[in-house]
Amino acid sequence: MPDANIVPIGPSKAARLVGNTGPQPSAPIARRARRASTPAIDPERIPGEVWTDDEIPDTEEGWLDFARRRLSGDYRVDDFGFDPELTDKVLLALLRPLYRSWFRVETTGLENVPSQGASLIVANHSGVIALDSAMAQLALHDEHPAHRHLRMLGANLVFQTPFMAEIARKAGHTLACHPDAERLLAAGELVGVWPEGFKGVGKPFSQRYKLQRFGRGGFVAAALRTRSPIVPTAIVGAEETYPMIGNARTVARILGLPYFPITPTFPWLGPLGMVPLPSKWLIHFGEPIPTDDYPEGSADDPMVVFNLTDQVREQIQQSLYRLLVKRPSAFG
Amino acid sequence: MGRTVLVTGVSRYLGGRMAALLAADPDIGSVIGVDVVAPELTIPGIEFVRADIRNPVIAKVMGEAAVDTVVHMGVIATPRQAGGRSTMKEINVIGTMQLLAACQRTPGVRSLVVKSTAAVYGSGPKDPAKFTEDMEPKHAPSSGWAKDSVEVETYVRGFARRRPDVSVTTLRFANFIGPTVQTALTSYFTLPVVPTVLGFDPRLQFVHEDDGLEAIRAAVHSPHQGTFNIAGDGVIMLSQAIHRAGRPTIGVLGPLFPMVGRALSPRGLADFSQESVRHLTYGRALDTRAMRRVLEFEPEHTTEEAFVSFLAGAHREGRDVA
Repeated sequence: MPDANIVPIGPSKAARLVGNTGPQPSAPIARRARRASTPAIDPERIPGEVWTDDEIPDTEEGWLDFARRRLSGDYRVDDFGFDPELTDKVLLALLRPLYRSWFRVETTGLENVPSQGASLIVANHSGVIALDSAMAQLALHDEHPAHRHLRMLGANLVFQTPFMAEIARKAGHTLACHPDAERLLAAGELVGVWPEGFKGVGKPFSQRYKLQRFGRGGFVAAALRTRSPIVPTAIVGAEETYPMIGNARTVARILGLPYFPITPTFPWLGPLGMVPLPSKWLIHFGEPIPTDDYPEGSADDPMVVFNLTDQVREQIQQSLYRLLVKRPSAFG
Repeated sequence: MGRTVLVTGVSRYLGGRMAALLAADPDIGSVIGVDVVAPELTIPGIEFVRADIRNPVIAKVMGEAAVDTVVHMGVIATPRQAGGRSTMKEINVIGTMQLLAACQRTPGVRSLVVKSTAAVYGSGPKDPAKFTEDMEPKHAPSSGWAKDSVEVETYVRGFARRRPDVSVTTLRFANFIGPTVQTALTSYFTLPVVPTVLGFDPRLQFVHEDDGLEAIRAAVHSPHQGTFNIAGDGVIMLSQAIHRAGRPTIGVLGPLFPMVGRALSPRGLADFSQESVRHLTYGRALDTRAMRRVLEFEPEHTTEEAFVSFLAGAHREGRDVA
């Protein structure tokens, strides 16, 4: 299908954005205009099924009223179990000191994350426990002008581990599977994936900032199917929080974990060894990769999916190198 | 001439109400209620036949009365209602097989509506946030009511293949709740102290008892071949539900949960079997688009409203819920 066919009738919002209101925009401009448009919201959506950011109620009340209301069960969650009130007032508030004072996170490229509509944030994963995902969520909530909530896709281990399961659901996250990814994207949510999974968080310190294999590219298929742009994101700093110098495989097997980390401080210093090292963090949201140019059915074409996965991976790796050069030192 | 509907399981609460609801429906000629025991109260407008659906007598009843629609509500949820697990399994599975055999032999049967349960999807950490009807369970149920229901659905599918002229509708319901219905979950929420699995807060979904019965009626009125999830919109977290009920709660380590649960509910209907424990650990939610689009059924109550109406009903009855 030639791109020249797509000529917006009248000056569309997107065409104005690229500074062209003429009657016949050239093909590349028409394509860019189409990229700028947000994917259509699922027409069959039930309001409240998936909470989009503008549907979240804003309340001004004291802590005491808040606590009283919470204890009487007077609040709402969406169908994924996302509890925006608890997330904003408690979970993110607990992470904020870590973000601001401990890791001194600097976030760039927020303009690449749309203020509304679906988008898939794909980032590197590291640092033994997935602090990087929590920091990315806080970055998008605190620093993005639209204060967006990041809905992450996690491994099933997350949802079978006590407490983690409970917190993950309430913070808006869900299992990494096609139906959930597509349901969230179709509802216009900002979805986060860490396609390296445990290979990324559990890799030895010597492998730091080397991207691992990117799963099976399921996230790309979900983005293609919902025509959501992919935002390749690089996170620098998490690798040094818990430098993993060894892996106690036997202990891991007994505990049913994918790995059991040995760091310079853990388990030697006991609970003190669980304090992350105060590394300096940089997060960069890269230029979005549009997925709405691909023909219908591309999500089922493995070659398209592989190539797009590689493109995302390459972009994140390059971005990581650039950030590492920018950072004065690991703890600077 | 109106239609003749046969309803199984009429001596239990929902079956009885369903039969009465259909009997009051002007579009339906006559309603025949079947169960092993007679209902405690006579159901107005229905003809009760005391017959065991585990017994071929049912075929004779159906032939003589020229039944054209069968509503199967005879699957029992807890062993206590049946008097033991082996009887329960027999009523559920063998009973369904006999009923289907009778339907197959009765040429006049035009439609079959089966009340099934969302428990057939199982519960576990690998579950998607919402189940659609075409999804296979990730953690297939291995015991109890849920497994019986899986087997029942299998036989129903077999019947649908053998009698393609019959419209077969399977309705997978979220847990029934409301001011009057009593289930394992309503007993659980009225325990003096409600135990929960430590570190887990499952999403629960309910269907209001009136909505559930209306859904069956909708399926009787305009038969649609296929399987449909039926649930009130939205979910409620277990902790939230317990807080709403104003009950004290205690978090119990996963492996000890069934034991503590049974100790807290020695004679109650509350169920701490394996499947039920998994449900109270991992939760479950249903996608109900097909219910709206194909069945064109819209429940009047959301999950939350259904739960609130249960609390109001329990309060009226003095069941000691705030």
